[in-house]
Amino acid sequence: MLEITSPIQLLDAYEETKSLLDLRSGKRGGPQERMILVCGGTGCQASESKQIVHEFKRLIKENGMDERISASISGCFGFCEKGPIIKIYPENVFYVSVKVADVPEIFDSHILNGEKVRRLLYEDPKLKQKIESADDISFYKLQQRVALRNCGLINPEKIEEYLATGGYQSLAKVVGGMSPKEVIEEMKKSGLRGRGGAGFSTGRKWEYASKSTSEEKFIICNADEGDPGAFMDRSIMEGDSHSVLEGMAIAGYAIGATQGYVYIRAEYPLAVSRLQIAIDQARAAGLLGKNILGSGFNFDISIRLGAGAFVCGEETALIHSLQGLRGEPGTKPPFPAESGLWGKPTSVNNVETLANVPVVYQKGADWFSSIGTETSKGTKVFALAGKINNVGLVEVPMGTTLREIIYDIGGGIKGGAKFKAAQTGGPSGGCIPEQYLDTPIDYESLSAIGSMMGSGGMIIMSDQDCMVNLARFYLEFIVEESCGRCAPCRIGNKRMFEILTNITEGRGTAMDLHELRSLAETIMDTSLCGLGQTAPNPVLSTMKYFMAEYEAHVFEKHCPAGTCQKLMHYEIIAEKCIGCTSCARGCPVGCISGSVKQVHLIDQARCIKCGACLSRCKFAAVSRN
Amino acid sequence: MKKTLKHCESYQEHSKQFQELGEYLDSLQIDQRNPRRKDTLIMTLHRAQMIFGYLPEEVQLFIADRYGISHADVSGVISFYNFFTVTPKGKIQVNVCLGTACYVNGADQILAEFERILEIKAGQVSADGKFSIESLRCVGACGLAPVVTINSKVYGKVKVSQVREIIERFLTEDLEVEEVSHA
Repeated sequence: MLEITSPIQLLDAYEETKSLLDLRSGKRGGPQERMILVCGGTGCQASESKQIVHEFKRLIKENGMDERISASISGCFGFCEKGPIIKIYPENVFYVSVKVADVPEIFDSHILNGEKVRRLLYEDPKLKQKIESADDISFYKLQQRVALRNCGLINPEKIEEYLATGGYQSLAKVVGGMSPKEVIEEMKKSGLRGRGGAGFSTGRKWEYASKSTSEEKFIICNADEGDPGAFMDRSIMEGDSHSVLEGMAIAGYAIGATQGYVYIRAEYPLAVSRLQIAIDQARAAGLLGKNILGSGFNFDISIRLGAGAFVCGEETALIHSLQGLRGEPGTKPPFPAESGLWGKPTSVNNVETLANVPVVYQKGADWFSSIGTETSKGTKVFALAGKINNVGLVEVPMGTTLREIIYDIGGGIKGGAKFKAAQTGGPSGGCIPEQYLDTPIDYESLSAIGSMMGSGGMIIMSDQDCMVNLARFYLEFIVEESCGRCAPCRIGNKRMFEILTNITEGRGTAMDLHELRSLAETIMDTSLCGLGQTAPNPVLSTMKYFMAEYEAHVFEKHCPAGTCQKLMHYEIIAEKCIGCTSCARGCPVGCISGSVKQVHLIDQARCIKCGACLSRCKFAAVSRN
Repeated sequence: MKKTLKHCESYQEHSKQFQELGEYLDSLQIDQRNPRRKDTLIMTLHRAQMIFGYLPEEVQLFIADRYGISHADVSGVISFYNFFTVTPKGKIQVNVCLGTACYVNGADQILAEFERILEIKAGQVSADGKFSIESLRCVGACGLAPVVTINSKVYGKVKVSQVREIIERFLTEDLEVEEVSHA
């Protein structure tokens, strides 16, 4: 069992383990040596990636090649669209959409005979060419992986592989030779800001918490990633849990805390189990617990599960939930840095923020602050999803433009449709229309155009998506997730949701548009916590940029994108109808008339726009517009 | 009249489950004088729901008793969080993800198709207790949108036309596998 009780032993462990990664970094590798990495993230595991590893291991064993060839899971490669993904080192060959049944072919052809399996290679959609090496894929070319540095490179369930990347050496440097004050100064100098959304300076947050003289303080890792469409934190915890633990321990040293908690959503069972494995390993190795690395610093970490409440991502609500209470937010100030968990000073930091922390001390604040823009330093991970070709996780330097993310990395809009908007910041954020595609992304620029950085969810919408319906979707979410403590959020959002429902169902009036806006402003000004204060953002930003769509719904009773069911208009095309009666028989309200071999007719006054006739007609004789 | 545990029929009926929950609570070494003891309450409720499938009143009373807190404290927490349920779910739990990525890829139509075929609405359990449908908020597998999970099995990139087949396949193949592995 690995036991590390001093910085020297940590360096020894690094020397011992670093060769583990040689094959992966191309430093070593005979013609017969291979390392097969299979993505073990939630998405790929759902597509049977576990069985793929199992099958590889079976074949390796059968062929008696255990010594030269190994197969293992890794963290998320980020390119979820093409999962399950496998990588073969040292060539760095990247196979996509691999099925269990493909494994024998890969093994025979690639591993035994050195012939790549061309049909499983990634094909560049623009060049129509198969690409052999992961380095040449446009999805990866513009990315700079800092927070995700180890995701997809190491086996997340083995502490040795994290040590081989130089892991825990930042902690050693901090506890061994820096005062808490120096640690905080370095963090302030790096310019790292909270990656959970609000973007508060991490160094200043630590400074506030460190100033209190309380004997007991806490570090909380906020892993309650609740924004629908966001999965950055999940991937970090699944792919590189140790970096989060190391970040927490450094934060603990900086503010003078001895206990840390990871508050994580129960919807992420895989991340919970990987975190627990990492905590157990770090504890067993002596990197968590008493007298870490012989420095006299004590720090331990426990996991606490959430239970499906979006508002618990708000720090005061999270603290209540951690105390075993209803997860309702409290008033600020006092801020948690002053009075948090059980009334003690507490620093609540997001997963991605913490994963960045060890890098700041490993490479230095100057290196870190050289990346990014004037006000926003470092990189940001985005979860690209929606109507985009390359769904997945991307990490780019701050200041990258939306256009680069969507078209160069994301490969453009699915099915060649036209871009309409990018939604960032989840239910608290807004929609960014086409005219701002060239905005360099940072905290300030996004809020200037009515959206926000948020935790990093980025949903791409095409001209087939209705923006009014999208606003309604987010309001429905907020209504369900509002804790009900304050009236503006509980009642106001419900009224906004009702108005939006009326508009999407063709009952909207000009007065509704006026009321939406005034409600939105009131809710923003008077809600207790961040959830309510930002809830109207999706409505206000869609009204700002897509007012014509709202007006079409209200005045013309027409949905330009063709998604609002109730505003659809069904008609039978006389030339195509053969009179089979199928539609008339399927109509739930019996509003279609016509007998056998006669052209049928829909009674528009009685039609409930259910679309049953359209799906039943085999002759494409029903039109919808 | 104050209810006590030994009067509850279900307590005797489910003594094995109560024993399992009791052992878990023992392992937490709850000190009833510690004002911070509730920090494990949510973890305990997760465990209890795993054991019983839901959180009936008897289970809530049992937990309240062991923590030395009121029944209201326990039920207040349960009612706040979506994850906890006080009514039993179906043996086969269909969960349709309605996160944004799934939603813009037509998850609402997938949900409607499940509701149509199984003849129950989201949040309901079929009369025979076999099926229940729930909508979920993002499982984080957005690369597979729209996503449906049935018990622990995940289905990605689901199309409306596949829904019936998915249910039939689950009933004929996967359910047997599950029963064998749980036996």
